[in-house]
Amino acid sequence: MTIYGLGILSACFLAGQLFGEILGRLIGIDANIGGVGFAMILLIVANDKLIRKDLLPPATQQGILFWSAMYIPVIVAMSATQNVVGAFSGGLMAVVAGIIPTAAMFFLIPVLSRIRQSKDKKP
Amino acid sequence: MSNWLEKFFIQNGLVVAFLSVAVIMVVSSFISRRITKKKIPDSAVAIVIGLLLAYIGGRIGKGSKGIADVSIFSGFGLMGGAMLRDFAVVSTAMGASFDEIRKSGLIGLLSLFIGVVGTFVVGAVLAVTFGYTDAKSITTIGAGACTFIVGPITGAAIGAESHIIAISIAAGVVKSILVTIATPAMARSIGLNNPQAAMAYGGLMGTTSGVTAGLAATDPRLVPYGAMTATFYTGLGCLLCPSVLYYLVTLVMQ
Repeated sequence: MTIYGLGILSACFLAGQLFGEILGRLIGIDANIGGVGFAMILLIVANDKLIRKDLLPPATQQGILFWSAMYIPVIVAMSATQNVVGAFSGGLMAVVAGIIPTAAMFFLIPVLSRIRQSKDKKP
Repeated sequence: MSNWLEKFFIQNGLVVAFLSVAVIMVVSSFISRRITKKKIPDSAVAIVIGLLLAYIGGRIGKGSKGIADVSIFSGFGLMGGAMLRDFAVVSTAMGASFDEIRKSGLIGLLSLFIGVVGTFVVGAVLAVTFGYTDAKSITTIGAGACTFIVGPITGAAIGAESHIIAISIAAGVVKSILVTIATPAMARSIGLNNPQAAMAYGGLMGTTSGVTAGLAATDPRLVPYGAMTATFYTGLGCLLCPSVLYYLVTLVMQ
């Protein structure tokens, strides 16, 4: 049943988000700390366990796969609701503070990827 | 537009958004294939069209929610809002491999710290260059360079002035847009073609909206890995900026 898959996804989502909220409260900041990340880990583990026990027939998987297929359309809708006008009204300070640190981080990606590769080469 | 028709579209807002996005995807696919000869992926074109609509909507609606401020397109607010976005992001974990994540867990963690602290420091130095001398403003602008959520949370926590908080939000949005557009263009030259690089990338960039949109346009299979680390970035930023990093700024500025 497709709704079973949707149920599994919803359960992982809510549990992860709730954990993120509680973690934020415990540390004393009014923000969700990594809720989405925890939810993703839960879903990966649940997926793995259920497939091994043969409890995830294709119809059930459809309930989750539909949403991963809807991912790009949702992101398109999200980009259409960004405050693009506001981004430019913050003046030069905002534009510069948005661009330069980000550009600096871009150049670190190959450096970090390389650390892993050299570590992998060790026996 | 006649009143009843407008009301009809508002009542069915979410479905109007579904149809509108479907039309955007068809147009993007056409532009990608015919005009750019598949050099720019259709999802990247669609996201840029989305940003353009957000600009037009912001001009017409005079609000802060892009096209969703135009009443008949208010359904975009729900479809592109935090709940459905996070829901769709979590669902992509179905395609992720647990082994890959475990293998690069350390890189993910390292990239998170370097990403938050590095971005903050560069942002703070820029604030000083622009003539800001009080620790609260410098910290808030540095935090805004992280994401548009870290900025205002930090600003509110340390009691920065509201126009500084506005600048920090704007800086975060500029970053999100930049990451969205630059990722597909830069992907090849920075080696962004495997799960490990995507995890490092998510941790360094942090802006969940920018990272997920940028990776979606680059290679949708990498989305779960980048999203996984990016989602911890905002939390870490909210933790470090108003505390340790603010303290360090006050020490330096004395």
